[in-house]
Amino acid sequence: MNSSNLLSIVTFIYGIAAFLYIVSWVFKKQLPGRIATWIAIIAVVGNTGGIALRWIESYRLGIGHAPLSNMYESLVFFAWTIGVIYLVVEQTYKNRIIGAFATPLAFMAIAYASLSPNINDRIQPLIPALKSNWLIAHVVTCFIGYAGFAIAFAVSLIYLFSQRKTGSKTGLFSHFPDAGILDELTYQMVTLGFLFLTIGIITGAVWANSAWGSYWSWDPKETWSLITWFVYATLLHARMMRGWEGKKIAYLSIIGFLAVMFTYFGVNLLPGLHSYGQG
Amino acid sequence: MNKKTGSADFFGRLWKLFASVRLTVVILLSLAVTSIIGTIIPQNERPEAYLNEYGEFLYRILSAFDIFDMYHSWWFQFLLLALTVNVVVCSINRSSSLLKIIFVKKPFFDVSKFRSLSDKEEFTDSRSPEDLKRIYAPIVSRSFGYRRIEETDNGFCVFAEKGRWTRIGVYTVHFSVILLLIGGLMGSIFGFKGFVNIPEGKTINSIRLSNTGKAQDLNFNIRCDNFNIKFYDSGAPSEYRSTLTILEQGKSVLTRDIIVNDPLRYKGINIFQSTYGELPPREITLSFKNRITGMNYKKKVSFGQQFNLPEDAGQFVVKGYRDSYNFGGHNLGKTFMGILTPNNGSPVHVIIPVRFPVFDRMRKGNQVVSVVDYDHRYYTGLQVTRDPGVLVVYSGFVIMIIGCFITFFMSHQRLCVEISRSGKNNRVMVAGTANKNKLGMQTRIKKIVKSLSKC
Ligand code: HEM
Repeated sequence: MNSSNLLSIVTFIYGIAAFLYIVSWVFKKQLPGRIATWIAIIAVVGNTGGIALRWIESYRLGIGHAPLSNMYESLVFFAWTIGVIYLVVEQTYKNRIIGAFATPLAFMAIAYASLSPNINDRIQPLIPALKSNWLIAHVVTCFIGYAGFAIAFAVSLIYLFSQRKTGSKTGLFSHFPDAGILDELTYQMVTLGFLFLTIGIITGAVWANSAWGSYWSWDPKETWSLITWFVYATLLHARMMRGWEGKKIAYLSIIGFLAVMFTYFGVNLLPGLHSYGQG
Repeated sequence: MNKKTGSADFFGRLWKLFASVRLTVVILLSLAVTSIIGTIIPQNERPEAYLNEYGEFLYRILSAFDIFDMYHSWWFQFLLLALTVNVVVCSINRSSSLLKIIFVKKPFFDVSKFRSLSDKEEFTDSRSPEDLKRIYAPIVSRSFGYRRIEETDNGFCVFAEKGRWTRIGVYTVHFSVILLLIGGLMGSIFGFKGFVNIPEGKTINSIRLSNTGKAQDLNFNIRCDNFNIKFYDSGAPSEYRSTLTILEQGKSVLTRDIIVNDPLRYKGINIFQSTYGELPPREITLSFKNRITGMNYKKKVSFGQQFNLPEDAGQFVVKGYRDSYNFGGHNLGKTFMGILTPNNGSPVHVIIPVRFPVFDRMRKGNQVVSVVDYDHRYYTGLQVTRDPGVLVVYSGFVIMIIGCFITFFMSHQRLCVEISRSGKNNRVMVAGTANKNKLGMQTRIKKIVKSLSKC
């Protein structure tokens, strides 16, 4: 079995986990949730195996490099970081509702990588500009950051849902964790994301400086990562202003994640140099 | 008099404005929103390109606001400056209370505050207060740097704390922001960025600046000894390598290879492998196939020099070379052009694409000319920069990462263990506060309770 096949299977497993988390949330049943956790663990293990296998395969092809060099590989890694961070959060907060929002994100990331016709899953040799250890540091830290923001996004959605005054106690939203905990969790995930986005931008700058002599050149991808960073810096400061709790923070976290998504996908539609993210 | 208080009042209000986090939020959001413009409208293109795209009227408006170089425009720089002032004023404003908190000799603990915490833990212990004091104190010390015991009316309190210094975390982050801005400013004032192409074997002593196109002298010479490309089997490039020699007053002082991601730094000037190109070849090996006799001749010739063809077929000269040649809508790639003058006829133009050796058959002449080989001569394209601000920026980077880590993941934690006699038993209350990660503090308290009640 090659890594692409393995990762296609992993995609499917993430799908099942997401489905079970949602079932467990909608029908308020414990059992599907418990199974979902185990399946999510299997998915993450398989995801890890897929990444490792791909790494080995690249060495067999004689072009060995860490599997973090194109859109496909970064999406697979993105799914992995979301999966890992989510499982840690689930363990810490003993709550599976977040899973109904977080695992679909991991599933979508890896499904997009595996299924989209625009994304090439072949292992390609590195072009000279990408031959740098800074690239690995850059991609790894950026995606840990993005995953933190993704989970903050999921939690913010839950927060907004739970704050809706849906008169009837039909109950989809009655089992949500306490609003204070959701708010705190959003904050913690944003700080995790912010630290790693900061490191990601910095390693990217150092890499750019070693490759072509300027650490910052305002190309659209760089600029969008900075925009994202400004949005989350706004969020961190807004929390300290009175009246900026809960809802407004949740909205900012959602806007921030949209900026993340644009940095990641949208920028390829704009003119610029950051070509390695394509295809 | 009046004027003085008036201006003091104005200054006071300005100070207050710049000390507010509200302004920070406004500035950060403005930076985020305006930055989008420059990602949608390509920056620093030629004016004609913009005129084409936007028309005269819109072009004038946009260029009045420096939209085509917006990240260096006065208003964007103003936002950055405002952010800097904001950080500085805010930090100064808070510095005195911060210093008081951090450098206090005997931190103040208020038992009643701890008592009123909702997540405090309580249990009872039947041992004597003296025993408890002896047992509890070292356990608390194990995880808290500062500890003190105070007697109370009917028992005692153990106060402890740690991580007081982590409160400066935020200020180190803010300081790093200032460093980044200063470093960036130093770079844009005292630095430059340019490029130069050096053919193999040639030496240069000046480069062309990217922003103005003017020449910039270097204090030394750079010679390109050699340029080399390696390819993967797939044909994609795997490495660009230039061998460069630095010369001072005609003497070579340093020879080194550079590749992408591994520049040469000399006297504060950084030399990066950026592009390359091919120079017109000087020596070409051609093949001439006689369609009548079937004979095949190979001949090494010099560019531009006429020579006699074998079998007395006439004369030939290679007159031109292009990196790409368009033929009926197809790009033939690298192509030579020659003129064949038969002994008994008029000259004909011959197109000789390197990649298509049978191309010349189409001419239906007696000779089919093709290229066997030629000497590859390259020039290397170097990016040359000087940025005295990099060191400042890099220290800003390091400080920012450390500062963010301290700010987000370390906290100032305070603990109070109160023991009070009630009847024969002692009531033990454990409560604590942290300025960050309050949930983490709760778990910590639970752990402490466990280890206190176990021993
Ligand atoms: C790009 C610039 C800035 C960055 C990256 C930044 C970063 C941060 C971070 C990470 C925190 C910690 C937030 C938290 O604990 O959740 C913080 C707190 C703070 N920032 Fe900034 N900041 C910036 C600009 C400013 C400016 C311009 C001001 C000016 C007023 C400011 C004022 C504050 C204050 C007052 C705090 C709270 C400090 C405390 O907890 O005592 N920041 N900042």
